[in-house]
Amino acid sequence: MSAPSWILLVAYLVVLLLLSWPLGIFLQRVADGDLPRWLRPLQGLESLLYRAAGVDSSHGMAWRQYAVGLLAFNVLGLVVTYALQRTQALLPLNPQGMAAVSPDSAFNTAVAFVTNTDWQGYAGEGTMSYLTQMLALTVQNFFSAATGIVVVIALIRGFVARSAGSLGNFWVDVTRTTLYVLLPLSMLFAVVLVQQGTPQNLSPYAIVDTLDVTAWQQPKIGPDGQPLQDAAGKPVLEGMQTRQQILAMGPVASQEAIKMLGTNGGGFFNANSAHPYENPTPLANVLQMLAIFLIPAALVFMFGRMVGDRRQGLAVLAAMTVMFVLATSVVTVQEQQGNPLIASLGADQTASTLQSGGNMEGKEARFGIAASSLFAAVTTAASCGAVNAMHDSFTPLGGAVPLVLMQLGEVVFGGVGSGLYTMLIFAILAVFVAGLMIGRTPEYLGKKIEIHEMKMTSIAILVTPVLVLAGTAIAVLADAGKAGIANPGAHGFSEILYAFTSAGNNNGSAFAGLSANTPFYNALLALVMWFGRFGVIVPVLAIAGSLAAKKRIPVSAGTLPTHGALFVGLLIGTVLLVGLLNYVPALALGPVVEHFMLWHAK
Amino acid sequence: MTSSNTFSLFSRDLVRPALASAFAKLDPRVQWRNPVMFVVFVGSILTTILWVQALQGQGEAPAVFILAVSLWLWFTVLFANFAEALAEGRSKAQASALRGMKAKVLARKLDQPHHGASTQPRFGDELRKGDVVLVEAGEVIPLDGEVIEGVASIDESAITGESAPVIRESGGDFASVTGGTRVLSDWLVVRIAVNPGESFLDRMIAMVEGARRQKTPNEIALTILLVALTIVFLVVTVTLLPFSLFSVDASRMGSPVTITALIALLVCLIPTTIGALLSAIGVAGMSRMMAANVIATSGRAVEAAGDVDVLLLDKTGTITLGNRQASAFLPARGLSEQVLADAAQFASMADETPEGRSIAVLAKQRFNLRERELSGHKTHFVPFTAQTRMSGVDIEQPDGSLRQLRKGAGEAIRRHVESLGGSFPVDVQAATDDVARKGSTPLVVCDGLRVLGVVELKDIVKGGIRERFAELRRMGIRTVMITGDNRLTAAAIAAEAGVDDFLAEATPEAKLRMIRDYQADGRLVAMTGDGTNDAPALAQADVAVAMNTGTQAAKEAGNMVDLDSNPTKLLEVVETGKQLLMTRGSLTTFSIANDVAKYFAIIPAMFASTYPQLGALNVMHLASPASAILSAVIYNAMIIVFLIPLALKGVRYRAIGAAALLRRNVLIYGVGGLIVPFVGIKAIDLLLSALNLA
Repeated sequence: MSAPSWILLVAYLVVLLLLSWPLGIFLQRVADGDLPRWLRPLQGLESLLYRAAGVDSSHGMAWRQYAVGLLAFNVLGLVVTYALQRTQALLPLNPQGMAAVSPDSAFNTAVAFVTNTDWQGYAGEGTMSYLTQMLALTVQNFFSAATGIVVVIALIRGFVARSAGSLGNFWVDVTRTTLYVLLPLSMLFAVVLVQQGTPQNLSPYAIVDTLDVTAWQQPKIGPDGQPLQDAAGKPVLEGMQTRQQILAMGPVASQEAIKMLGTNGGGFFNANSAHPYENPTPLANVLQMLAIFLIPAALVFMFGRMVGDRRQGLAVLAAMTVMFVLATSVVTVQEQQGNPLIASLGADQTASTLQSGGNMEGKEARFGIAASSLFAAVTTAASCGAVNAMHDSFTPLGGAVPLVLMQLGEVVFGGVGSGLYTMLIFAILAVFVAGLMIGRTPEYLGKKIEIHEMKMTSIAILVTPVLVLAGTAIAVLADAGKAGIANPGAHGFSEILYAFTSAGNNNGSAFAGLSANTPFYNALLALVMWFGRFGVIVPVLAIAGSLAAKKRIPVSAGTLPTHGALFVGLLIGTVLLVGLLNYVPALALGPVVEHFMLWHAK
Repeated sequence: MTSSNTFSLFSRDLVRPALASAFAKLDPRVQWRNPVMFVVFVGSILTTILWVQALQGQGEAPAVFILAVSLWLWFTVLFANFAEALAEGRSKAQASALRGMKAKVLARKLDQPHHGASTQPRFGDELRKGDVVLVEAGEVIPLDGEVIEGVASIDESAITGESAPVIRESGGDFASVTGGTRVLSDWLVVRIAVNPGESFLDRMIAMVEGARRQKTPNEIALTILLVALTIVFLVVTVTLLPFSLFSVDASRMGSPVTITALIALLVCLIPTTIGALLSAIGVAGMSRMMAANVIATSGRAVEAAGDVDVLLLDKTGTITLGNRQASAFLPARGLSEQVLADAAQFASMADETPEGRSIAVLAKQRFNLRERELSGHKTHFVPFTAQTRMSGVDIEQPDGSLRQLRKGAGEAIRRHVESLGGSFPVDVQAATDDVARKGSTPLVVCDGLRVLGVVELKDIVKGGIRERFAELRRMGIRTVMITGDNRLTAAAIAAEAGVDDFLAEATPEAKLRMIRDYQADGRLVAMTGDGTNDAPALAQADVAVAMNTGTQAAKEAGNMVDLDSNPTKLLEVVETGKQLLMTRGSLTTFSIANDVAKYFAIIPAMFASTYPQLGALNVMHLASPASAILSAVIYNAMIIVFLIPLALKGVRYRAIGAAALLRRNVLIYGVGGLIVPFVGIKAIDLLLSALNLA
């Protein structure tokens, strides 16, 4: 790794920790209901909301009740998001006259935004009206993020509580998280983005004259909407040229802010954060990366404070940071190394003061290798899925790292809430095996890990790999699945594997070579996203419920210490071993074999 | 019993029946109980079918290869069965040694519950709870019961392995007798406390035979994890077939993976090592308890023993030697030590209690005072009574006067001296208080109305106990001494023995309250007890070890019985419990870590024809795809055999603190588990190549 890459990475981590530490303190106070004085004025609004909704904010919920509330809230979100897309042609704020979204795409998108995945089979600027963007997608960006955060708060309460039946009140948690954390942060960040150049308007798209004539070739589309093919099965291309360009507009900044802060990742435009309006400057680029990890990192600080032992939080943070640095350095090194096939054509891929060198296919020249590699690692370590470069064009191992980061369950900082609760599930698993190894019934944070917890932990850990592998298997068997592949050979397999990995882990980024806006992929991926999200959340809440009911065991010399280097190493080992072993054969048939083919071609 | 402790691990008597039983356990109903091994079992059947197909010329791979894989999968199942059978065999041997004692006993049932009533002959299994029987010298006690009349010496060696006879008598804490033991002298009238089939011996046999062995909570939790891993690896291998079909299609070369290779991969990935040995570990843990002469009434109790945070230990017999011993003579002002020693020895002459003997011994050691011939004097012994709380001797002097020597507690002597018109000297009172403060017992000696001084009786803390407690502290276990002594005495002994806390002037209620308080804090409490008054506390404690010499009530209340009646045994019980969990955890880690090397062996081999480039992952340079897959399968089977001794003996527990212990076991079983299979698979591959087998 070059010096600039290191400097970027270290500076990024330092600023991240400096920002997330105070936010963690604030989050803990919100979670514990100990609101700072300056928030009091907003509390009137909060109680007004409860009164309007008929919520008794003092009512504590058992885990089942909490889970039912959470599921009902999200199903409602699903219905509203679907309905708005289907009826957008009839609704206001549609200057471009966007038609109703097709049923399968609308369903897929609704599930994607409710589950915090933000998988996008559509192109935003050509599909969604401003009302849909704001009311359906942006609102779900807030609520899906809040859902993730309240689940981890409930889980931590389970650890903290002593022989308690309640995990808190879902409606109160979700309201406070949205009102006191997500909204203020997003407003602040949106203003910063507007200052950097991101549009925030409701104007129709602007048509401007270009300086040059732009000429290009595009596949000819037949009357059925599918590309025409010639006798040899190749797409028929037609020559095009234009002197004009359409500039898409819209309320971009407001959606962009929560897209990052809530680790949603669903872009306003198709090009996501590679688009100059979504991500206008190098500074905006760094701020976006910081925004992705800000809340996930702050939640870890909050965790340490809530359980009353900050070292516990620091241990988890250390494990995350080590894995993150490792992943980022692999991507950066691989991308910087470039592509031997391009090198053999005489292209210069060495870094110099004039160019960043390396594999620049699919990357923005303004970001270069370091910022693109870091962004790729950040967005897939978290469950964000926003991209500022095309992962499909990464080198095989450079692209394998985002894939692996997702397959680990997105526990390296991870999605808001989901990253930490999944990591705590891994911690429970690590503690279970380690606890046995020192001859005690395993316990984590003073709570015994027994049959019920292991049952739920097993389900939570099992759900995602089963969905990802089974989904990929169905897609590579079905003709409808194989039809979407853009690249032949092993890379085609990687594209499908990436799609299901991204959906199952609620990331939303893609190897964009796969044409996934078909009824087959829309339906299958929606199912994978839904169960990948709630198939984990429900067992996590069940664990929280049973932990809350237990006594808290005091620490003794015989207690397994869950802070310190040994535990950090153990946690990393568990994540890598349990998270990765399931995917080894699939990875071998995708990126690994691609790598050997590229570098060791005979 | 003692003989059964010494079964060597692989003695021929155990191995041969275990081998037979390994085949008998191929019954699907037996296999179903172990989900991990059931998958291997099904895999073995499938590969066998594939082999038969191959023989008929429709094979997906050479028949020899399929046969080899199939055979080794069968071996994997058999090795697992063998491990379990071997563990059970050891237990059964212990059980049959016990059953030998259950020979039919002819008992004499008393018509009236007292000695001398008419008797009727009854077989042991015809007796019922509440019946009263007479047992005389040379006879065997038919069933567990309580002595209601008589005193007798009993040979309990059949149960405890201890050859010295023990005394059993009616009333008090020594009234309980165990069925199967033999009366050596005198007679006993025993009220039978259990029905036939429920006796202690029966429970022991059932326990060790594993007839009532149920999975313990922790074992179930681990099984759930293993099943989850098995399911996920099942999905991994099942989906690998479509992946392979797609890859063949995409690369336009090679052939899809064979079902045989997929089954081989599946069996290598699922945690067969721990799955095969899990039940053997459980049986062996029980059996180790048995070898320590502790009978647990449930596996749950054994497991809980590993988690104990607080140990309640009786002072007497556990922390200190049973008896106090005289350690110093503290004469009253103006008197020499020798005068006091002389008088004290005289006063103790008829005192056969260990305390009395120790005074005579100390006097002899210090001043070479021999016990005198008393025939020259007219002496009259005054025994200890609860009223006077003194004992001593009256000696008729040559001048006809009576010399009254007494020894007893300070208050008793004060009353005695003051009633005679004397006074209790201030300096003796001070010496008495001093001694008490040091944790010793002061015994005041007087001659008539003259107080001679104080004899210090000291509690002798057992040798090495302090180190044991330090070890427990490192294990994270808190030790609490329970004693009837006053606070001062208790504090002094607690400090000397190095316990963390003590409960002085303990009453049964205070003990119970203390246990509940600890439990409310979330701690697990272990205690030992023998008396009926310990029963409530034993019932409340999480791990309760009753002494075999204890009363029936104590034994019923506890969840373990120590046949040796050695209260320090609790420490071994804790270690055995920890060992049980450690062995499970270590082998699980080992099993999962092994998968890394197996992937490196099998993945390049499976796709050799489709993606020869993956040969770069063949870091072990295994000779051929067939040999690679076969080596992994053989390693996977053989490692079970190699680990049987570890499973049966258990991973050794060391009191080095949780973090150090974890680091050690992670290094050995985690890092070791990553490395060992690389070496093992390579070695097997070399062997196969050398023998031209693959």
